[in-house]
Amino acid sequence: MQVTVKLFASFRAGRTPIEVCDYPVGTSVADVVADKGVPVAEIGIMLVNCRHVHLDRELSDGDLLAIFPLLGGG
Amino acid sequence: MTRLETYLTGLAVDGLISVSSQLDASLHFDLTFAEVEAAILGLGLCPARYQRNRQTISCAGQLALLRSTVAVIGCGGLGGYVIEELARLGVGRIAAVDPDLFEEHNLNRQLLATQANLGEYKVRAAARRVGEINPAVALVPHRRSFSAENGRELLGGATVVVDALDNMKTRLELAAVCRELRIPLVHGAIAGWFGQVATQLPGDDISVYLSGAGVGGKGVESKLGNPSFTPAFVASLQVAEACKVILGQGDPISGRMLVCNLFEMEFEEIRL
Repeated sequence: MQVTVKLFASFRAGRTPIEVCDYPVGTSVADVVADKGVPVAEIGIMLVNCRHVHLDRELSDGDLLAIFPLLGGG
Repeated sequence: MTRLETYLTGLAVDGLISVSSQLDASLHFDLTFAEVEAAILGLGLCPARYQRNRQTISCAGQLALLRSTVAVIGCGGLGGYVIEELARLGVGRIAAVDPDLFEEHNLNRQLLATQANLGEYKVRAAARRVGEINPAVALVPHRRSFSAENGRELLGGATVVVDALDNMKTRLELAAVCRELRIPLVHGAIAGWFGQVATQLPGDDISVYLSGAGVGGKGVESKLGNPSFTPAFVASLQVAEACKVILGQGDPISGRMLVCNLFEMEFEEIRL
């Protein structure tokens, strides 16, 4: 299945900002995060098709996954 | 018309009262600068310092700002700019909360940090700065950390709260206390070239924006640092939000969050 993965802000450094990727059926958000080498501890919001999801969410063909870093500075 | 009102009306030039006239009136009638300011605005006149506000903020709006209290939680990168802008805007009372002293690594971005005041408490420097800018504004310094335990006390009487903290745990506690007290909260956070802003109105819950996806989530600012322009930018958005909430005008960013990427100049709105 194909999933569009969109990374934001600092997660773009050294990675492709938007990419259509092939994954096997059953792939979760956590699997994609690991595949992209995004540190889990730095992740803030994750959206699938503009809806907030958790790491264990299973993806479907055609999904758009957006991953934002956690910004904590002031 | 009271004697004060007659006096002020006689001093007005094109509907404006100068700082020196406002000071004269406060001495003459034994009133504070802020009390005279309230009387000026009540007459539909405008202290001359706010003349460039007039096309944006009415005299009634200016009076609403004067009568409001904004609690600024954190007086570092965001908080310094927030306090400066609130004071120039004419918000009557600013409760500033921060336990820290200025250190050398604050100089790259914190508006209130100077070489001369390294080692000084941030809230003390904030009080001095506000006094220099606008004597109608009372800055109430709280030299302590915000916590779930002291939150109700620190936020008591606040019209709006501004989140200028530097860690996620305290941000979540602040948002929870604001929900409980039903006080509007303007959240802002920064890291490197990136920032975010969201407003939690009574009935909203922004905690999902402040929580990490994983256990023990840590903001990326520890890696990216913070340059001078990101806090100035995000703080200005926060003050615009606080201003709208106080005036009851415009559309605050409620039910959504703006994510700002100053590196690629991209602005993303997240709606949950």
